[in-house]
Amino acid sequence: MTRLLASLRIALRALMVNKMRSALTMLGIIIGVGAVIAMIAVGSGAKSVIAERIASMGSNMLIVMSGSSTSGGFRFGSGTVPTLTVEDAKAILSEIPSIKYVAPTLPGVAQVVYGNQNWSTSIQGTTPEMLDIRDWPVASGRSFTQQDLDGATKVCLLGTTVVENLFGGIDPVGQIVRIKKVPFTVIGVLGQKGQASFGQDQDDTIFVPLPTAQKRLFGMQFPGMVRTITVQARGPEVMGEVEEEINAVLRQRHRIQPNQENDFTVRNLTEIMSTAQETASVMSLLLGAIASISLMVGGIGIMNIMLVSVTERTREIGIRMAVGAKGRDILLQFLIESLVLSLIGGILGIGIGVVGTLILSSLTQWPTLFSMQAILLAFLFSGSVGVFFGFYPARKASLLNPIEALRYE
Amino acid sequence: MFKLNDMDSLIEVGNLVKVYSLGEMEVTALQGVSLLVDRGEFVAIMGASGSGKSTLMNILGFLDRPTSGQYLLEGINGENLSRDELAEIRNRKIGFVFQGFNLLSRTSALENVELPLVYAGTPTSKRKETAQKALSEVNLKGREHHHPSQLSGGEQQRVAIARALVNQPSILLADEPTGNLDSKTSEEIMGIFQRLNREMGITIIMITHEPDIASFAKRNILFRDGRIIDDHANSARAVAARGGGE
Repeated sequence: MTRLLASLRIALRALMVNKMRSALTMLGIIIGVGAVIAMIAVGSGAKSVIAERIASMGSNMLIVMSGSSTSGGFRFGSGTVPTLTVEDAKAILSEIPSIKYVAPTLPGVAQVVYGNQNWSTSIQGTTPEMLDIRDWPVASGRSFTQQDLDGATKVCLLGTTVVENLFGGIDPVGQIVRIKKVPFTVIGVLGQKGQASFGQDQDDTIFVPLPTAQKRLFGMQFPGMVRTITVQARGPEVMGEVEEEINAVLRQRHRIQPNQENDFTVRNLTEIMSTAQETASVMSLLLGAIASISLMVGGIGIMNIMLVSVTERTREIGIRMAVGAKGRDILLQFLIESLVLSLIGGILGIGIGVVGTLILSSLTQWPTLFSMQAILLAFLFSGSVGVFFGFYPARKASLLNPIEALRYE
Repeated sequence: MFKLNDMDSLIEVGNLVKVYSLGEMEVTALQGVSLLVDRGEFVAIMGASGSGKSTLMNILGFLDRPTSGQYLLEGINGENLSRDELAEIRNRKIGFVFQGFNLLSRTSALENVELPLVYAGTPTSKRKETAQKALSEVNLKGREHHHPSQLSGGEQQRVAIARALVNQPSILLADEPTGNLDSKTSEEIMGIFQRLNREMGITIIMITHEPDIASFAKRNILFRDGRIIDDHANSARAVAARGGGE
């Protein structure tokens, strides 16, 4: 311990003697660590934005859409022919254990009127589970109840965009709006969601109980008809399995022969999003890798200077060996020197990186995110660069022949 | 080959040979040197440059290994010891004084003297105290915090002597200790050597090519072509006028 402390003091003094040189050597590490910190912050900022968007859409979500149909050689797009029913949704929920929620939905577009204001918006006839799936809280008022569903009551939940357009400053809860001329009582206002990842305004919508939409707004071609069934799986790992099971359940229920095509489509939304997230991950990895190269170059700078320093101080090494320094004492002395260089460089680099990132993000409006792990990692990385690149010069010093070292001019 | 025949002998050298190979050429620096040095001796080794005296000094100081022959310091044979073990022997048993002082620049006198204690693992407080004592033994009290560049040649050599003595070695090896000093300062250094030898019983082996300096030693050995050609007690021993007092 005494020796270690002594080695530390010797190393610090040696660095202080050549202040300019030490500072320049450190600069390589400072820039390297700063770049790593900044790049990781930019990368994880982008990743977190994508993750946020995914979360706002609802996580682990699959959408079953009514299928295409073929009529006289023409094939229509998905959703053109309603094939799904409320019963399908119930069957999916009861037969597949890894499903958490299902929300059968019958959407449509309608004109909504309040007083002298009117607004065209999307109306979604659905069940309260939709709010659970999309993690969408009711900001004021209440959500649907089972009675609303059973009784097909004329109540609705408004998105904030609708509220803004129809109500101005008035509290909408308890007011009556007309949807397709049918009077509905506003029982609640949904929390603000913002834009979905594709840019559409998620708040420009009205939720009504599914039976109400079926019976009073959009009608049904057959009993229990819905256009989509939104499904939430219990976790990201069961998504694929759930998708297959939905296919199996619905094919059986719809009596589709093995050689026939599905009359419905299952879309895995998370998959699309995770592709985007993967792209962001690869990007940030790439940025980090490029930044690491500059850290490596900084390390080579340390090695270079340490080699010069060992040559310069050959005589000093000889003196130390003559009075009893062992190989490992000399090794430790030079290793500590390069470690101190790289760690101080690392600390300064973290500071520069953080400040630089803040400036960058305020200038460009890029989202950035610092994580303690990234900072710690960069610090440890700079330390290991110091040890790695300091080892060769230190070892060279420790293997000097004392007689030759003493004679060195 | 060599028999341990004298329990009092500090240094026992038997038929020591050292051959350097310089490329194709082989240079024999020592051709069979035998020597006994007892505790408390003050030996001056003289000889022209290239006579092998420095080679002998390096071997005696465990800085180099002989090609053949045997060397025992207090019965310790360095032949099969590792680099690190030799370093430890140098640290504990040998004190070096060089012609060029070999102090660490930009390091205070006190810290220079502390150096062997650092490598011996002595705790910091004890280290300071011991180093301070060693400095006062060479009359450098009050100069502890001066750097080598702020000290005269004689003072620098005295710091080097304090450093050599700080770990209480068995032997002090001095290689041309007065080579870079004027005659007045040289005599001062010899005075210190004589006092250390007389009062503390420190064994000293000193290389010099100046007969004046050799005359301060108790025993003179003359080297030529890698052999000892003369070895006699110094009857007409000079006593240094300076440096001997407290």
